[in-house]
Amino acid sequence: MTRAAIIVCWVMAIGLALFLIAPLLVIAAASFSPTPVFDLPLTGASTRWYGKIGRLDGFWPSLLLSLEIALFSTAISLVCGTLAAIAIARGKLPGANVFATALVSPLMMPGLVLGIALLQGFRAVGFTAPWATLLVAHLVITLPYVARTMISGLARFDFTLIEAARTLGCTYPGSVLRVMVPALAPSFLIAGIFSFLASFDNYPVSIFLADVRTKTLPIRMLQYIEEAPDPTLAALSTLILAGTVILLFVSDRVVGLHRMAGTSD
Amino acid sequence: MTEAALSAPVASPKVDRERLTAIGFVLPSFVIIAGVFALPLVLLLGVSFVDANGLTFANYKRLLGAPYYLWVIWNSLRLGLLTTLIAFLISYPAAFALARARGPLRSLLLATLFLPLAASVIVKAFAWTILLRSDGIVNETLIALGIIEDPIRMIFTETALIVGAVNIFLPFMILPIYAIVAQLDSRYAEAAATLGASPVVTFFRVILPLTLPGIIAGVALAFSLSVSAYVVPTLLIGEKYPTLATTIAKAYLLAREPGFGAAAGVVLLAIAIAVVALSARLSREPK
Repeated sequence: MTRAAIIVCWVMAIGLALFLIAPLLVIAAASFSPTPVFDLPLTGASTRWYGKIGRLDGFWPSLLLSLEIALFSTAISLVCGTLAAIAIARGKLPGANVFATALVSPLMMPGLVLGIALLQGFRAVGFTAPWATLLVAHLVITLPYVARTMISGLARFDFTLIEAARTLGCTYPGSVLRVMVPALAPSFLIAGIFSFLASFDNYPVSIFLADVRTKTLPIRMLQYIEEAPDPTLAALSTLILAGTVILLFVSDRVVGLHRMAGTSD
Repeated sequence: MTEAALSAPVASPKVDRERLTAIGFVLPSFVIIAGVFALPLVLLLGVSFVDANGLTFANYKRLLGAPYYLWVIWNSLRLGLLTTLIAFLISYPAAFALARARGPLRSLLLATLFLPLAASVIVKAFAWTILLRSDGIVNETLIALGIIEDPIRMIFTETALIVGAVNIFLPFMILPIYAIVAQLDSRYAEAAATLGASPVVTFFRVILPLTLPGIIAGVALAFSLSVSAYVVPTLLIGEKYPTLATTIAKAYLLAREPGFGAAAGVVLLAIAIAVVALSARLSREPK
């Protein structure tokens, strides 16, 4: 590459990094605002907004609901998606490629359209309990993340290793547990984190299935922002961000971020 | 005799059992995708042809016949196109720098991609409402730098919408491009240079075609996500920039017109499917 091109590339990369990180830093800074308006740059610092998060109207039930739905849907999707990925990777399934595409296709579909489709579908069969409809709907949100990650993870796994372990005297469950599980653990962790975050952050599907008493945290947050945005929301956002940072940091320690980017080195 | 002939008959008990196990393994996922994804979408298509008087094309006539709703559809496409174009122009060169970075710098740059990707869309859109306020940081910085004298109105303008959308959908553009660029063998470019190609020719004839799969994947992802965005236009521009997504939400949550909302949903779905089909076709084509 020519020198000028390299300089342009670096300027873009650094600009992009600053541009992407800016809103996150602003939210964190605004959460320590001493006044109810977002006075930036800060003229002082106050942590009182953090104390007010718990008093936001309907906060605790919404947080609990979002955590429950995200945990349960991720757990179910991890089991179903991994089983499907194994069948696809083994190559004994007729039409495996078509099914693999179908499994990840919800990722490319507009969330809002899925939301109204599910609302119509659940109504048509008389399935209207909000908690249960949210859980079932979030399976479609989380399953594609698990399927995509596990299919690419299993594509690199050599199934003859299981046979080798069995030849060497390992039982079948034992060889799966001691050979396959450790090899797939990084993919499993990445799949779990991204599917949890996809569910926890989902708004476009949840909004059509929630009712007055059953609102997920993103629905509540959008409502707070539209009604009365104050630094309490920035404090709540900062805590959610901090949780995300911890999740990513742990996964980077365990598997390395560059693996999530899809590069192999 | 070939090995394939030796392993016949095809319907041996072992093959049968393996196939049954495979089908058993995919069954739960199949039930979810068929029952909670494919069937509801088919039902939605059906609902879009229904109104109070029974079967009808009225929903589509209303959506595709009125200048107002054609403007709404154009708004969605415009949001998708502008976001995708700007995100691509930033991402493509940046991906090359990212691929050259090593050690802690690479980790830092990757972290600035993954953290926003994992962060809540609502949180980021909310941050932009703070950043772009008339007394917000962007305005005060521009005034301090002497670029403008008085605060300019940015929030609830198309500029705010596009800045926010590019910010939120950029990682989806750069990651697939980066994944391809990182695997690019630099010897191809060197070979082209050795054979007398100028840097410009090398770029258009060697580098661009080799990185095309990443571009196609990134463009398809960024476009299909931004064309159907709901939270971003709601918070950053509001009522005066109605899109297909906000029209769908309004039809279901406020107006209670499921037939009309479903028709708008089908149009948005058709756009998404067209993008997926086009990108699949383009990435299959031989170079």
